[in-house]
Amino acid sequence: MSDTVVLMNETATQNPWRITLRQFQRHRLANASLILLIVFVLLAIFADRIAPFNPNDIDPRAAGVTRGFPQPPTIEHLFGTDDLNRDVFARLLYGMRVSLAVGFLAMFISIGLGVTLGAISGYAGGWLDNILMRLVDIFLSVPSFIFFLALNALLAPSIWTVIFILSIFSWMDVARLVRGEFLALKERDYVVAAHAIGATPLRIILSHLLPNALAPVLVAATLAIPAAILSESALSFIGLGVPPPNASLGNMLQNAKAWLTTAWWLWITPGLVISLTVLAFNFVGDGLRDAFDPTLRR
Amino acid sequence: MTRYLIRRLLQMIPLLIGISILSFLIIKAAPGDPLVVYIDPNKPPPSAQDMARLRAQLGLDQPIPVQYVRWLGNALQGDLGFSLTGRRAVSLEIADRLPATVLLGVSSLLLALLLSVPIALFSAIRRYTWGDYLITTLSFIGLSMPGFFIALLLMQIFSVQWRWLPTTGMRNVRESYTGIQAAIDIGQHLLLPTIALAAASLARWVRYQRSSILDVLSQDYIRTARAKGMTEGRILRVHALRNALTPLVTLIGLSIPQLVSGSFIIEFVFGWPGLGLLAVNAALKRDFPIIMGVTMLSALFIVLGNFFADLAYHFIDPRIRYE
Repeated sequence: MSDTVVLMNETATQNPWRITLRQFQRHRLANASLILLIVFVLLAIFADRIAPFNPNDIDPRAAGVTRGFPQPPTIEHLFGTDDLNRDVFARLLYGMRVSLAVGFLAMFISIGLGVTLGAISGYAGGWLDNILMRLVDIFLSVPSFIFFLALNALLAPSIWTVIFILSIFSWMDVARLVRGEFLALKERDYVVAAHAIGATPLRIILSHLLPNALAPVLVAATLAIPAAILSESALSFIGLGVPPPNASLGNMLQNAKAWLTTAWWLWITPGLVISLTVLAFNFVGDGLRDAFDPTLRR
Repeated sequence: MTRYLIRRLLQMIPLLIGISILSFLIIKAAPGDPLVVYIDPNKPPPSAQDMARLRAQLGLDQPIPVQYVRWLGNALQGDLGFSLTGRRAVSLEIADRLPATVLLGVSSLLLALLLSVPIALFSAIRRYTWGDYLITTLSFIGLSMPGFFIALLLMQIFSVQWRWLPTTGMRNVRESYTGIQAAIDIGQHLLLPTIALAAASLARWVRYQRSSILDVLSQDYIRTARAKGMTEGRILRVHALRNALTPLVTLIGLSIPQLVSGSFIIEFVFGWPGLGLLAVNAALKRDFPIIMGVTMLSALFIVLGNFFADLAYHFIDPRIRYE
């Protein structure tokens, strides 16, 4: 008897996350992209086990043949070697590790910053809101790329510098998003009621407002990763990102620029990996956005 | 309307002040003594007394806020200081490079604009056909490829393999063309950077306009027009397209920052002698006065771009009324 009651309850109430998941599974491109991303992330995590060579090691045999020239792909070096006779496949795996790490970390920091400032702005309102939103306006109207350049020239070049720079120039959209959601949500009856029974602001923000503003934040977070990966690769391509000898997808392309005409294998593979990664993240973000949108439910 | 205009203009002032404070602080945080530019390496080094006098003359002994006000006053009069590497006035360096950047920016804006409207229209009225899927896929790919990778691909195909177009620079330095020939020469150098820079905006705009056209086509007044027997072509021309294209104005305004920052990379790849190349080289050499000069100018472009986008919106869509 009690068993059937539980069963009926389970079928009657649908978990919203489960609905979203089911909707997401219907988006075929997003699913394929998710699988591709999982493969890429696993390749990046286990780069040290998969890579046939150390990415910064110079292959002495190849160097002995033609020192200082990139070697075309062979069975031993699947994607060839670069001008220092380092294995391109190994560098690609380690470059993916760097690029994905930069993408994820920059996303976490910028989303954290955006959510925090947006929440404060939307919940507090008044002069604090005004100041924070003017700050958003300022950050939105500086050409961020040139500030990347300036800050990069100021700070010591490292992966952490790149992550820091990318994060502080990409929190604004999320802040605006969260603020907008909070402004609408905080007038709802249940929030007013929570306030009336003496819930602290922190409690209202964390357990009443934020969960209801989470869907667009998740979409923004998914789309923040490819944006950071693109910016990192652009910075590294110019020579102001991840410092050598460590590989990143961007600085592999920079290195390849000198060999544009003679060694296509140096720049085709990193370029394709960046494009595929960003494309896959964009599709997943698109799929998530559709899955969260109740008007698109089939 | 006039009141709205004045308020918008006044709003720009604190914005620009905020950006200028940010820029100034970065100059101040820069390592190295700014007096270095004034020392002639061919003469014996100046005495400590001379240095102190120069420092006082330039106001560098004043507190930071006072220095900021002075710097701002000079900047407003077009004096942005001296380049550390070129030993020229920053304003002159910028004036030299500005035309090339404007040429590249405007031509890629036009290219993206002229191509995106017909492509989006085709994609929207042939929705869910293979043509639409092809366009959607291509625009997703365009959004996902880094601009410099597109640039490298174009360079490889058109300049290296087929030798149709020059690889780098803005002019053929070996020839001294004049008149029409010079224009053709610049045009040939311009083509690939323009396509590379336009690709991302094109992809984004096709996506937006496609959904905007589909949105309008599902409105009641379109159904009414169909019901009274209007031809599809006339419905599109008279009713749908005008309303569907208003968001384009905002998109153009919003794309200005992307155009500015995108052009840095594209100019760097193609050796296009514009502001972007100037800024990237300045960053590589840590020439902060140049970096900040370009920053302020780009910020001004962006703020003004948004302002004019809002203004144009008002003229295009009379339903919008500003308080």
